[in-house]
Amino acid sequence: MSFYGLVDGSDSSLRNCLKQLPGVDQVGAEARAAMLATRSIKTTSKAWAIDTAISMVDLTTLEGADTPGKVQALCSKAFRPDPTDLAVPHVGAVCVYNDMVGIAREHLDSIGAQELPVAAVSTAFPSGRASMQVKLQDTEDAIVAGAAEIDMVIDRGAFLSGRLIEVFEEIVAIREVCGDRAHLKVILETGELVTLDNVRKASYLAMLAGADFIKTSTGKVAPAATAPVVLVMLEAVRDFYDLTKVRIGVKPAGGIRTTKDAIKQLVLVNETAGPEWLNPSLFRIGASALLNDLLMQRMKMSDGYYASPNYVTID
Amino acid sequence: MSGRLEVMKTYKLYINGAFPRTESGRSYEITSNKGEFLANACLASRKDLRDAVVAARAAQPGWAKATAYNRGQILYRIAEMLEGRSDQFAQEISLQTGASAKESLQEVSDSVDLLVWYAGWSDKLPSLAGSTNPVSGPFYNFTVPEALGVVGAIAPIDKPLLGFVAAIAPILVSGNTAVALASSTAPLSAISFAEVVATSDLPNGVLNILSGQQNELAPWFASHMDIDGLDISGLPVDQHGAIKEAGVENLKRISAFTKSSEPGRILAFMEAKTVWHPIGN
Repeated sequence: MSFYGLVDGSDSSLRNCLKQLPGVDQVGAEARAAMLATRSIKTTSKAWAIDTAISMVDLTTLEGADTPGKVQALCSKAFRPDPTDLAVPHVGAVCVYNDMVGIAREHLDSIGAQELPVAAVSTAFPSGRASMQVKLQDTEDAIVAGAAEIDMVIDRGAFLSGRLIEVFEEIVAIREVCGDRAHLKVILETGELVTLDNVRKASYLAMLAGADFIKTSTGKVAPAATAPVVLVMLEAVRDFYDLTKVRIGVKPAGGIRTTKDAIKQLVLVNETAGPEWLNPSLFRIGASALLNDLLMQRMKMSDGYYASPNYVTID
Repeated sequence: MSGRLEVMKTYKLYINGAFPRTESGRSYEITSNKGEFLANACLASRKDLRDAVVAARAAQPGWAKATAYNRGQILYRIAEMLEGRSDQFAQEISLQTGASAKESLQEVSDSVDLLVWYAGWSDKLPSLAGSTNPVSGPFYNFTVPEALGVVGAIAPIDKPLLGFVAAIAPILVSGNTAVALASSTAPLSAISFAEVVATSDLPNGVLNILSGQQNELAPWFASHMDIDGLDISGLPVDQHGAIKEAGVENLKRISAFTKSSEPGRILAFMEAKTVWHPIGN
């Protein structure tokens, strides 16, 4: 593997590469993110943003209490978010636990949603605390069951104790399992990485190791996708594109619940990585409750009066 | 040395237990009946209404689940807090409406008494409005009144305190949460009333208070799909038809009342739930 010609897969080359990354100005990043959050998106721009955001949602259910019935209902909703309005686009993907992948795939195929991918959270999600053998098997199982996207978690313990090469090799190994069969999203769990410098470092590490997407969080740890974290990750994919001419996607997940939050994310994307990233193939939002709020805002725009949660499904 | 510079109160909105300014940044002048400047009040926008409804909706299940006894106690507590600030409220009413000190004090006393009157209804509603119904089968069949949900109220222009209390107390006592628009010309009493509410153990979001223009906000109250009922006693009668029409989309219960104290004001914003239960041996 060439790793974009930037590292050779050895510990020293990885360290040297990551050491060259400039530090993040935390105050500056927070101020920039806060400033971009004040942009006002109205009328036709807002309508466009709502539909774009819907098409970027990775509609997610990751509960111990998930049942086949709930997953099937989620799939139906993912394909036709508002059954009364066929102009509403389908979401980006359905994101479920491994054992639900087959059920989700089968149900999506049965309702004519062949183009809608299923994403599986893999590698002992959300903690990542399992043997390598288990993680590889976990990933293989998901792909065989029909997952087109794998959301893996990194070993935050190893990353924080400086064993970067372990994290790197793990991603490389999962990447090999995925091959051409599945896209790989690497979850950094930024809520546990402590500093924005670490977020930048982990982003590069994941991209070098072969991630197609870098994802903020599992959704099980707070804080999750805060604006400064997403900003730093978007800067990382932008700079990585300048280096390699390869576009890596970004997926914030966790804590994005309202249309306002989602539109703020789109502003961040447009102003940081650029409009090329305003596309479901390069930007996704991991969420569950968000979709209902987007639908309610969409109803408000088309009907002219405020909508009620009584008119969208209970998740 | 000049005299002390008076510290004036900023009158803000009351949403979800906090006192925010309007998101629109707008304000309007409140004047006495002689035209003298009294204060700047927030000119609430439809987005403030939207935020208030979200808060009221979130607070509603918890408030409805509180025991009737507890809801009555809290309304009584509001009355206690208001009683202690009678003079301040009377003075504020006189400034806004030009009523004499005696008349204003009477309005405050009436408001306190009205709160106590409505507080007393909390645990009597099921006996008053509920029933056991004869059915042709081995079942007990009960009907019990339950809160409707989120109810809007447009308070009358005159009687800035009594009119406001008469609008919100009957909504709250049964377990509804309320979003209330204060008198457009004399909103200061309602906003000061929010300070009383904030110290009375009423959970955040159960009562939300806006100040602004009736003709701007009333149509948004009527069309909002997440408002289940609306008291339009404060609107001129010639506008009732249009408001009722705008509220038809979600079958909103829209009512207007003339008396301050009548159980009908409570029952207008309650649902009847009927339960069948088999008779055992």
